[in-house]
Amino acid sequence: MSELNLLPTPDEDDLRSTVAGFLAKRCDTAAIRDMYDGDRSAAGPVWRGLAGELGLAALLVPEELGGAGASAREAAVVLEQVGGSVAPAPFLTSAVVATTVLLAADATDAARDLLRGLAAGERTAALAVPFSAGSGGAVPTMAAEGDRVSGQATSVAGALEADVLLVPVAADGGVAVLAVRAADATVVPVESLDMSRQLADLSLEGAAGEVVVPAGAGAAAIDRALLTGAGLLASEQVGVAAWCLLTTVAYLKERRQFGRVVGGFQALKHRLADLYVAVESANAAARYAAAALAADDADAELAVHLAASYCGDAAVQAAEEAVQLHGGIGMTWEHPAHLYLKRAKSAQIALGAAGAHRDAIGRLVDLPAPD
Amino acid sequence: MTEQLTREDLRRRVAGLLAENDPQATDRLAFLRARYDAGLAWVHYPVGRGGLGLPREWHSDVERQLAEAGAPDNEPRRIGIGLGMAAPTILAFGTPEQQERFLRPLWTGEEVWCQLFSEPGAGSDLAGLATRAVRDGDGWIVNGQKVWTSSAHTARFAILVARTDPDAPKHRGLTYFLCDMTDPGVDVRPLRQLTGEAEFNEVFLTDVRIPDSQRLGAEGEGWKVATATLNNERVAIGGTPMPREGGMVGKVAADWRAHPEARTHDLHQRLLRLWVEAEVARISGMRLRQKLAVGRPGPEGAAMKLTFARLAQHLSGLELELLGEEGLRYESGRGWEMVRPDKVDFTGRDAGYRYLRAKGNSIEGGTSEILRNIVAERVLGLPAEPRTDKDVPWKESVR
Repeated sequence: MSELNLLPTPDEDDLRSTVAGFLAKRCDTAAIRDMYDGDRSAAGPVWRGLAGELGLAALLVPEELGGAGASAREAAVVLEQVGGSVAPAPFLTSAVVATTVLLAADATDAARDLLRGLAAGERTAALAVPFSAGSGGAVPTMAAEGDRVSGQATSVAGALEADVLLVPVAADGGVAVLAVRAADATVVPVESLDMSRQLADLSLEGAAGEVVVPAGAGAAAIDRALLTGAGLLASEQVGVAAWCLLTTVAYLKERRQFGRVVGGFQALKHRLADLYVAVESANAAARYAAAALAADDADAELAVHLAASYCGDAAVQAAEEAVQLHGGIGMTWEHPAHLYLKRAKSAQIALGAAGAHRDAIGRLVDLPAPD
Repeated sequence: MTEQLTREDLRRRVAGLLAENDPQATDRLAFLRARYDAGLAWVHYPVGRGGLGLPREWHSDVERQLAEAGAPDNEPRRIGIGLGMAAPTILAFGTPEQQERFLRPLWTGEEVWCQLFSEPGAGSDLAGLATRAVRDGDGWIVNGQKVWTSSAHTARFAILVARTDPDAPKHRGLTYFLCDMTDPGVDVRPLRQLTGEAEFNEVFLTDVRIPDSQRLGAEGEGWKVATATLNNERVAIGGTPMPREGGMVGKVAADWRAHPEARTHDLHQRLLRLWVEAEVARISGMRLRQKLAVGRPGPEGAAMKLTFARLAQHLSGLELELLGEEGLRYESGRGWEMVRPDKVDFTGRDAGYRYLRAKGNSIEGGTSEILRNIVAERVLGLPAEPRTDKDVPWKESVR
């Protein structure tokens, strides 16, 4: 078995510059802060730019469906930049999680039509499960009578931006996934810890649905999507962590107290050195997960749980250190550190909490819990 | 010609070595010499120096193919300092004659190497060292005391840093030498450690004569050469390729599987966290090696070593707790007996020994505190620690 390549390819470097350049120009920190005060006007243009202008929603969609036929590696590059700018874009929820559901082997023609729309940047989808749900658990389902779907889903990420909802439905012979127009659901925004990825509660009452993954195949499709999502969320977390480290280091090189640059105090230098090690380690773990997913490697499941458990904690550590080491300014509404703290803490819980991923590792590598 | 070698060519070359030197029928040393001469000792070294100028990561192909054929290895645990520190430094700074003379017997293990760097008065502040080398015709006369020297009692040669110009500031008055440990002025005394063993030594140098042909790098350039050695050391400590659960974590995991009755929720949570950290460290090492394939070791190795030391300490501590009653007993059949081991093997010993020995991991090769300074200053660009003696002539600095 050849070793997975953990370094970026030249194409991946190009993609990184493109996305970074776009976000630097078009994703404004002040506008993200306004989202906490109810002004969501920043969200639409950023996503239209990433999905439509740059065509990034097409990355995981095969070429024959109008997609780019790229892999988890390229999606990870995008997510690292999304994390680095706490961009309010549903790339993870639509272009990764929902897209992966629709890519299930036995998905229907309706799923393929939907994938064409997603790839073109004309449609945006969200999987109607709580953002905290991780792979390996029971999937919360709604009920269907014929093609009419009824039920609730709480704390769904990406639903506010979506025009189509992928709803797990209990059916004869297992779970099916039905596509429902968001306009046919009641979508109630939730005051969320991370308003740059604001959640919503969904309520459906006899909404018309179309089968995208048939009964019996839905649970596996959703599980795969949640696993892929967790593995790639790790790259977003690396982006968050890297921003926190760089910004804090830069600030401590300027901030003076006691007649010295405070970054010269050894107590702070050592904390930042430890943080650097954590961020670099997280980077390696996230790349390994993306490379394993891209190669459909036998190690992919373990790689995802490893990255998810490690990077989630590393991002929180980085964001908490950023707030602390900025001192008073780090506690203010004006400074962007809190936007990263809120993204990091939410992401740590999303798609399976760090502890759940460690439990999964215990099962995978035969380190069982006490009886 | 080497530019055109493919991985398949390399495989054929190894097969050729095995065909001409049946490992079962060939004398061990003869096999190792033949392997060196075929450029298969370390394929990323140049042709004529045991290598083929190939990418570093191809080397694992060779090791795997030779291991499968049952070929003898060069006992890397016995000659780690030579392989990890002396060799890359000789390759980078040595003259063609020095490389020709020293690299082959170093690699085959015929000549064991040790490192004469630290002194009682110069640990973290290595550049303040006091061992003197004074010009004497076509050679140097060396006097001083070195300490923490592993393998000094088995070594034939040492890499040595000594002060040649006490009037220069401390970093600028050092010179790097290759010292013959059989010189009558070299006195090696065991230094017993907290494990009960004397893996390290004190080395007293009294009028030791070193020919100028065994100076490595220019006079006064010793600090630059030593820094290269230390960067290599940190990569050697933290960045060697390993299979999953290949290090100390494998021991704890095996104990966990073997002792269901000892399992508690507290130990389980800590074990899973450390397992994750160890595996992430392994993958970070893989990434670092992929980066290094195109460059020299830089300060990133310091980060690897920080992680390695912390994990070794936490894992061996956890293992003792997991073992419970057995963890109270020290080294069955061996106890605290004072021995002088000829190799360093962290994983081949009982948990109690490993717990104690691992305490050295955050001290040797740069303390974790110094390594954090290195990361903060050289990677993150934060201000350097205040150094009052940096530009003062060494002989006038307060020590």
